Amino acid sequence: MKRYATPLRFLVLIGLFVGLEILCRTKVIDPFTMQPPTLIVRDLWNLLAAGKLNKAIAKTLSNAAIGFALAVSVGITAALVIHRVRILREALDPLFATYYAIPVLAFYPLLIIIFGLGNIPKIMIAFMLGVIAVIVNTLNGLDRVPRVMLKTARIVRMSPVETAFRVTLPYAAPYVLTGVKFAVAYSLIGIIGSEFVMSTEGMGFEISFAYTNFDNATMYPLILLILIVSISINLLVGLWEKRLLARRGLR
Amino acid sequence: MTNVHVSLKNVTKQFQREGSGGVVHALGPLDLELRSGEFFAVVGPSGCGKSSLLEVIAGLSPPTQGEVLFEGKSIGGRVPDGIGVVFQEDASFPWLTVADNIVLGLRKIPISNEERQARVDRAIAMMGLKEFTNAYPAQLSGGMRQRVCIARTLVMAPRLILLDEPFGALDQQTRLLMGEEVLKLWRQTGATIFLITHALDEAAMLADRIGVMSARPGRLMDVIETGWPRERDSRVVESPAFGEITARLWKSLRAESIKAIGKADAAS
Ligand SMILES: Nc1ncnc2c1ncn2[C@@H]1O[C@H](COP(=O)(O)OP(=O)(O)O)[C@@H](O)[C@H]1O
Ligand SMILES: [Mg+2]
Repeated sequence: MKRYATPLRFLVLIGLFVGLEILCRTKVIDPFTMQPPTLIVRDLWNLLAAGKLNKAIAKTLSNAAIGFALAVSVGITAALVIHRVRILREALDPLFATYYAIPVLAFYPLLIIIFGLGNIPKIMIAFMLGVIAVIVNTLNGLDRVPRVMLKTARIVRMSPVETAFRVTLPYAAPYVLTGVKFAVAYSLIGIIGSEFVMSTEGMGFEISFAYTNFDNATMYPLILLILIVSISINLLVGLWEKRLLARRGLR
Repeated sequence: MTNVHVSLKNVTKQFQREGSGGVVHALGPLDLELRSGEFFAVVGPSGCGKSSLLEVIAGLSPPTQGEVLFEGKSIGGRVPDGIGVVFQEDASFPWLTVADNIVLGLRKIPISNEERQARVDRAIAMMGLKEFTNAYPAQLSGGMRQRVCIARTLVMAPRLILLDEPFGALDQQTRLLMGEEVLKLWRQTGATIFLITHALDEAAMLADRIGVMSARPGRLMDVIETGWPRERDSRVVESPAFGEITARLWKSLRAESIKAIGKADAAS
């Protein structure tokens, strides 16, 4: 079963690609709606080679990277603290449970009023989207650390901080990585979503600009690029996760 | 060697029951003296407070009442230098190799790098883990993982070694052989050993003295001297004294075990 999985997934992907290509080429999907995938790939290549949008791409990716780094570092630290302080945990649990019902992006205009139309509001949106996923998943991992491991830490005389870095976090690492995967996706969504809504730069801005100008040769390649970036980072984290689990005999 | 290594005076341990606010009286009152360099075993029905006793001695949890002295100094819920513990559960860290798991025992012990390496190598050799030095625990059997934990304890060169049913999960043959290794290690290190076990034959075979605990709250009902010579191994099971000791242990424990089962029934 498992041995077929990877080829099967590739087949599905290729099938989609070929199917779209045929639909576009036979004009079932008209060229004003969407270009054939091969042309999108070609356009992306041309776009990158021309370098006209490199600034926008760099802006979006660097903002997403900052939002991601903040969400992960703050998320893990917060989880460690919340895990130790019982009252905090009890106070925050309902927030965690309902957090993703809050449309974080709705706060974007407010953030612009406070911080101005720059990088900060977007990074904050990316951070706010991702951080709770990191906290919740890290807490899930921390909750599972067997008590015998904590006792062992005390027997070898680790301080609480050492215990966090040498025992609880390593044990929770696979769960933390699940949170990290969410943070990758959420930081991109946060930045690009903000750029869609209100911005003067970035890939999201360029996509919506291209959309209003019927510039499919720019819009689709950019969407494809976002997909490629997000999926490859997720695959990388996934590989790391797999290695961790395999070492522990869990997969 | 008759000086007192560990002494418990009037020790009790109670746990706050979660939610309901009641307390579980797990242990005592209990008095106990471990002599320097002796092999002391504890048997008792399950749930009678053996692990609680071990944790109190290790300084992992403070006694509710009473006092624990280790080498003359009071332990108040802090782990003192010179105590090593092997737990009932697997305590090997799955993300570390065997060698890294073992060297963890030396974190807070101020020795040179050469000495560090020498101690790790010696412990690895002693526990027969040489070919697994760079393996991860997931690649080892349960018995092998327990050896890793014993090795991690050994490198600390503890003067008191506490073992909480360390072979509980192993099959009978492996347990007997591991028992012999613990005996060997006891002779080589000169440490005091405190071994908790639910296997009466294991206690009878390994220990100088055996403490018999009552059903919860665990009290010491009896302490039996085995009188084995220091140079001994699993073949003591052939001697008639072995049968007498096990019989006496069972006589003390039978009623208590029935009580313990009754309590478990009533609780469920
Ligand atoms: N942390 C704890 N909180 C509440 N009750 C506990 C705790 N640890 C042990 N107990 C209770 O104390 C009793 C003795 O437990 P334990 O010392 O583990 O027994 P044993 O090791 O002899 O099986 C049991 O009834 C157990 O449920
Ligand atoms: Mg126990």
